[in-house]
Amino acid sequence: MDQLSHLNSGTSILEMSYIIASILFILGLKMLSHPLTARRGNTLAAIGMSLAVIATILFHHKDGKPIGNIGLILIAIGIGSIIGWVIAKRVKMTAMPQLVSFFNGMGGAAAALISMMEFQHVSPDLIAKSGMANGHVLAILLGLMIGTISWAGSMIAFGKLDGRIGDMRIKAMKYVNLTILAVLIGFIVYIMTRHVQTSSELTYLIYIMFAIAVIYGVLFVMPIGGADMPVVISLLNSFTGVAAAMGGFLYNNQIMLTGGILVGSAGTILTILMCRAMNRSLLNVIVGVFGGGGKTNVEATGSVKEISISDAAVLLSYSKKVVIVPGYGLAVAQAQHICHELDKLLEEKGVEVKYAIHPVAGRMPGHMNVLLAEADVPYEQLIESDEINPDLPNTDVLVVIGANDVVNPAAEDDPSSPIYGMPIIKARDAKNIIVMKRGMGKGYAAIENMLFYNDKTRMLFGDAKSTLQNLVNEVKSL
Amino acid sequence: MGNILGFFLLHREAIFIVILSIFLGIEVISHVPAILHTPLMSGANAIHGVVIIGAIIVMGHAETNGSMILGFLAVVLGTLNVVGGFVVTDRMLEMFKKKK
Repeated sequence: MDQLSHLNSGTSILEMSYIIASILFILGLKMLSHPLTARRGNTLAAIGMSLAVIATILFHHKDGKPIGNIGLILIAIGIGSIIGWVIAKRVKMTAMPQLVSFFNGMGGAAAALISMMEFQHVSPDLIAKSGMANGHVLAILLGLMIGTISWAGSMIAFGKLDGRIGDMRIKAMKYVNLTILAVLIGFIVYIMTRHVQTSSELTYLIYIMFAIAVIYGVLFVMPIGGADMPVVISLLNSFTGVAAAMGGFLYNNQIMLTGGILVGSAGTILTILMCRAMNRSLLNVIVGVFGGGGKTNVEATGSVKEISISDAAVLLSYSKKVVIVPGYGLAVAQAQHICHELDKLLEEKGVEVKYAIHPVAGRMPGHMNVLLAEADVPYEQLIESDEINPDLPNTDVLVVIGANDVVNPAAEDDPSSPIYGMPIIKARDAKNIIVMKRGMGKGYAAIENMLFYNDKTRMLFGDAKSTLQNLVNEVKSL
Repeated sequence: MGNILGFFLLHREAIFIVILSIFLGIEVISHVPAILHTPLMSGANAIHGVVIIGAIIVMGHAETNGSMILGFLAVVLGTLNVVGGFVVTDRMLEMFKKKK
């Protein structure tokens, strides 16, 4: 279709708005990658989005017709805004990862719905010229497939992070998944090679494809462990970006294309960066079964030694330097506030307290930062692991709270370990180590942690929140 | 084959945009510190809510009741992605302020 035939001032304003919005997206994303400008970057991108939406409603024309049903559109936007705002504002900070996954799924679903509807409106003239084998139909089908996979996968990821869905480990899973993927691609090829007059004759195939894509999305994410969810969410994020870009191809819409591909490629790079922080390949995360099947050469020899609350309180109060290593257990126990109380008490007694943050501690990068920030722990007390490691031999007490794999020496000692090569917090270098754990259960890597059997280590069993509360009471009485 | 080449010709600008956007996306994300991975992911999440534009177009030209209902749903979902995404990102970044 000739893009110039409907040119009028409205279209020019629309195109200008899209250009400005694209610039704001790019700038926003760029600013989001630096701590000082991150918040402004987010706002800038939001302004760009608003501009694109308003300009579209006012100036967009398709086949010469402007946007209709504006009242209902505004109502729909209103409903989505209120629900989105309330959910985003009200939910606890520790639920942030699953929230990102949920909203990602919403975008994927929207892309899939667009494809479903546009499939029925494929112009019979286009079909008469080139059959179903053209870019328009391909964009629709890819948008449907990728959007649906992203939606279904995101819902499962949400369930996993919320603790509602467990892991499913079946050996043949990767072959099942590959087969279903092949079937989906087969559907696309099949639909595009049919000889029909109108696309509506093939609509039933769209619904079947949708169902299969849902199954694939579910099976894609089901076997992946909770600890790997952040990487998966990042990947699904880029999928949704690509699905949005397919919509852009569909409508030859510059802003959908720019936004979609920007997120598609940035999201992919981010996923790879996250994998590097764990020292595992993306393939290993998706296909590999993390833990449960891994055999290590390390057998737990020796016994663990415990420490009492009162002894721990004394040890901590009379130290010069204490380092706390928070992990997922701290988040689960919701013990971040009482932990901060403890570190404040110790600081009043003249103890220097720092938090050692490992890049993938918790459920996602930044999880511990967000958790501790919620407890009003000053930013300056949080030290990244590679910065704090050299200081550990001078540290009197290192307290591990609900962290496991990030302090497991097998990452340095045992080449057969699934976590070998992963940078860790060198906990065993500290003069004394206290480990707070619920029990002797294994972390997400499901492997033994020889740190617990170290001569310098003392275990403090119990729920983190009550243990910390007891410690606080004890330290106050000293 | 002719169909595919014709497609490339017709959409050459779009293809340029795609290629440039890919490089741009890669460039923009380089050198991100680990603590920003999550807010960045959340921000990118909000940006792909641009799919709402497509939903608005569908709804804006919907002729049947079925299209209207599905279009309405698509706009609601897209808005959830956009508003939810930007607000969540802002909340995460609020936490990274230096406190006195």
